[in-house]
Amino acid sequence: MIGVVGTVPDQDFPLVTGETRLKGDSIHIRGKQIPVNRGTPALLAAAIKTAQVLDQGAPFAYLVGDVGLGHGSRRLYEYLSGQLGKRDFDTIVFHYLQPDVDWHNRVLFAVEEMKRRPVLIADAGFMYAAKMSGQSSQYDLFTPDIGELAFLADEEAPHPFYTRGFILHEENRAPELIARAYQHENAARCLLVKGKQDYVADRQGIQATIDIPMEEAMEAIGGTGDTLTGIVTALIGTGMEVVKAAAIAARVNRLAGHYANPTPAMQVIEMVQHIPRALSEILQRG
Amino acid sequence: MLKKAGWKIRVMGPPPEIRSGCDLVIEIPLIEKLNILRTLENLKIPPLKIVPVSSPLLQPVDLFQNKDFGKYLMIRAANMKLTIEKETQTIVNISGGGCPDVPYLASKMVGLSLDKAPSPREIGHTLCGYALQLAYEEMRRR
Repeated sequence: MIGVVGTVPDQDFPLVTGETRLKGDSIHIRGKQIPVNRGTPALLAAAIKTAQVLDQGAPFAYLVGDVGLGHGSRRLYEYLSGQLGKRDFDTIVFHYLQPDVDWHNRVLFAVEEMKRRPVLIADAGFMYAAKMSGQSSQYDLFTPDIGELAFLADEEAPHPFYTRGFILHEENRAPELIARAYQHENAARCLLVKGKQDYVADRQGIQATIDIPMEEAMEAIGGTGDTLTGIVTALIGTGMEVVKAAAIAARVNRLAGHYANPTPAMQVIEMVQHIPRALSEILQRG
Repeated sequence: MLKKAGWKIRVMGPPPEIRSGCDLVIEIPLIEKLNILRTLENLKIPPLKIVPVSSPLLQPVDLFQNKDFGKYLMIRAANMKLTIEKETQTIVNISGGGCPDVPYLASKMVGLSLDKAPSPREIGHTLCGYALQLAYEEMRRR
């Protein structure tokens, strides 16, 4: 089973845990509905679609409302640090949470208490906290975009907002930034870098570069990175090796985007609907 | 508020010893500490801490990148991207970022024109929100 940890943009949304379903344009969990536009709901939608094709169970989610004040995130951190050690997951992805180093470390302690260690994936705010805590190497996969990769590569920056100017966020410098992130121990065991070209890398270097189909508009569409993280999480949840899953996920996400015929004004739910077709096609190609 | 009151201040990154996650600091002249503290307390926004620093602080990102899609224009500041339809100035997408107010900001801003949308400064709370504010200001400047 895969676990998904994140927030939804509704201050009044309570802390909810449970299996998730996608109905129309909404995630359903414990009788509550969340529209899929970007962030953790988009990740969940993509993971659900992927899991359905792979005949896997629905993702189990830990969600709470947070609009940036951090109150919801801290409640969720506290809950996880008390409860996660009792659970069993194949894979856990930590996503949109207010970065908080102290709480991040407590959650990581709870993971250590689990009977078997799941594959650990971090993206978005939780990835920022993981890097800032100096514990990136505890994770199996980070899924940064190019701006976040520059942040990982900058050993001084505590948040992408402070990435130093000499570490330019240029796509063609991604290989150099990946190497620098590993040099300073600020990368997970595997990196899936989302961008004009997607890169799958580990400490040994770049293992795969995926650049077709090319849809320039995808960069502007909020949530397309979240769907990629959702797809790779579901693939890894089947037991697939992380580097292989990352390369397949990148191809699937690009193809789903291509089938949606995107413009920069498209909303991510439109591409989510194309994930099953794209996934089936990529898996058939082998 | 502090700038309006005439003080020379700068938004900067926190020194390593007080970093907790999503933070920023306001660099003030220490000699004005009491006056500035009084101003902030009167505004009901007291600082979490006031600390002296001797080493240089990190600066916020000040580089912008833009991508012209023809009908649409995207501007990126740090990890945040804002895209508008040029003709109508309507915000059509917000992407990037990792703090929880990003989906919230998107839900409040996408679909509105730059003039009518609330600014990230008004309704955002995090550094990602602040980065989006910079992209928003740059977009308006253009």
